[in-house]
Amino acid sequence: MHVEVRGLNKKFGEFHAVKDVEFTIETGQLIGLLGPSGGGKTSILRMLAGLETPDTGDIVFHGKRVNDLPPQERGIGFVFQNYALFKHMTVTENISFGLEVKKWPKAKIRERVAELVELTGLSGFEKRYPHQLSGGQRQRVAFARALAPEPQLLLLDEPFAAIDAKIRHELRSWLREMIDRLGITSIFVTHDQDEAIEVADQIMIINQGRLEQKGTPWEIYKDPKTPFVASFIGESTVIEDIGKLRGFADAAAMPGTKGLIRPEYVEVGKANEFTLLSATETGTVSHIHFRGSEWLVEIKIGDIKLVTYRSLEKPVLHPGEEVHVLVHRAYLFNDNDSWVTENKLKVDPLPVHI
Amino acid sequence: MMRRLWIALTFVVFALLLGAPVVRIAAGAWDDGWSGFAGGIARPEALHALLMTGIIVVIVTLVNTLFGVMLALYLVRANWLGPQLKRILNSVVDLPFAVSPVIGGLMIVLLLGPDTVIGSLLNKAGVDIVYALPGMVIATLFVTFPLVIREVMPVLQEIGSQQEEAAQLLGAYPWTIFWRVTWPSIRWSVVYGVVLTVARTLGEFGAVLVVSGNILFKTQTATTLVYQDVENFNLTAANAVALVLAACSVVLLLFMEWAKSRKER
Repeated sequence: MHVEVRGLNKKFGEFHAVKDVEFTIETGQLIGLLGPSGGGKTSILRMLAGLETPDTGDIVFHGKRVNDLPPQERGIGFVFQNYALFKHMTVTENISFGLEVKKWPKAKIRERVAELVELTGLSGFEKRYPHQLSGGQRQRVAFARALAPEPQLLLLDEPFAAIDAKIRHELRSWLREMIDRLGITSIFVTHDQDEAIEVADQIMIINQGRLEQKGTPWEIYKDPKTPFVASFIGESTVIEDIGKLRGFADAAAMPGTKGLIRPEYVEVGKANEFTLLSATETGTVSHIHFRGSEWLVEIKIGDIKLVTYRSLEKPVLHPGEEVHVLVHRAYLFNDNDSWVTENKLKVDPLPVHI
Repeated sequence: MMRRLWIALTFVVFALLLGAPVVRIAAGAWDDGWSGFAGGIARPEALHALLMTGIIVVIVTLVNTLFGVMLALYLVRANWLGPQLKRILNSVVDLPFAVSPVIGGLMIVLLLGPDTVIGSLLNKAGVDIVYALPGMVIATLFVTFPLVIREVMPVLQEIGSQQEEAAQLLGAYPWTIFWRVTWPSIRWSVVYGVVLTVARTLGEFGAVLVVSGNILFKTQTATTLVYQDVENFNLTAANAVALVLAACSVVLLLFMEWAKSRKER
């Protein structure tokens, strides 16, 4: 389903939960609404579903404004955070509820339920009640129940939040696969960036009721449009006086400009590991932590602290050791603007052509 | 040693407070043998009083169940009421717990009695409220009002509104949602509330006495008859009617225990 939202606003008393949110979603896409808890993601989802009424703004499905359409008529499948299964109904009864309400013929209901039980791998559990199922199974029942009436849009509110970390991973790829196979437009809410990056075609970052940025996971990582997005996605350290770092002296000319540096922007090592020593800073290793497949190295350059990862193949560094640090790029921002800048000294000042 | 003593003492207190009166009533009813008991019950005024009690029980239970469930739903679910108004309504529900039933009855007399504006208007229209069945029903409704609501509300709060929202998104409208989703979760609480209401209605005395005027063959209920029999030193008859009421209570108690065990499942 093609979804368009324009100028969406919602207040709960004094609290402005959703502020001027606008976006368009193409048919068949899987969208992740990502942001910190209490940022307004769930409110947006509930307004799309018709469970909350927007104060202002339009919600348009397939070119038709649906603001005044009750939830029953919107043709939406919704998976709740805690699944909200009907606890006094069996798996079969849960899945067939929406079809019975819509007065499908009995034979067709039986067929559809069997199809969904098969699809969600719940065969053998049809007669069980929700309290007799595991978290992952409940989630799949909720999914099957939402899909049963053949909705055109599937909304999922923190679909993996209540599941063990181990099974969560499995379910994520299962869900991705399932949605791909069905080709249904889907929007899911999450506060877990790994989940959004792994599952979504497009991510919308929501913070304090505002849509900060919409784009593919790679676009958002590579080219964050706001300081919030830059600091929310990936790991990062904020450097107050970025102008002091070698290669970023330009920033010092603009007062109030801060820098954000990700671990993967930073390279650390002995002098012989760098070809362009002039672009490097000298610092000391303050801590090292073993992270399973690599070292996490904390470095101090003057009073600037940086964090980076280092391959296990390279010589091991020790706390207190003097090292060279190359900062490849930084994300700079001040009150008016934000941009990505490369280390100016990385370009060889005296290129030697042979 | 001390502990055992305390346990024994507790049992003695219980036996004296609860056991002894029941035994005394039972024994008193049989003072003159079966014929005394049967005679006490079969008196026309006793049969009429028991019938009155029965009618009040049926009406009050029906009205209270219907409106109790509805008000519980509104107090928990209706967001359009606003939190402030909800809080006020919520404390008003408990008013009958705080007010003595006699005062409750008196309020009805002062509001709807024959000397009041509303009362005289209704009287002209041929409807008597006070010193008639409607007044007694209203008084009993007042006293038993919170019972169903207070049983159902916590369950509604606990199950939350998500199952209902899920049903809504699957295409169900309020009536279907209530019967297929909400009702199965609250039904044993409603049954429990109904049993409490019946028990309270059977035993209600103060409010009913004030509004009924205790008129023989007209507004006398089982409890007010017992009161009158005692006043008249007709103890065997009083004990007989009291025993019938006590027997009803015991049956209700057993049923209540059963309903409670279903509710906790």
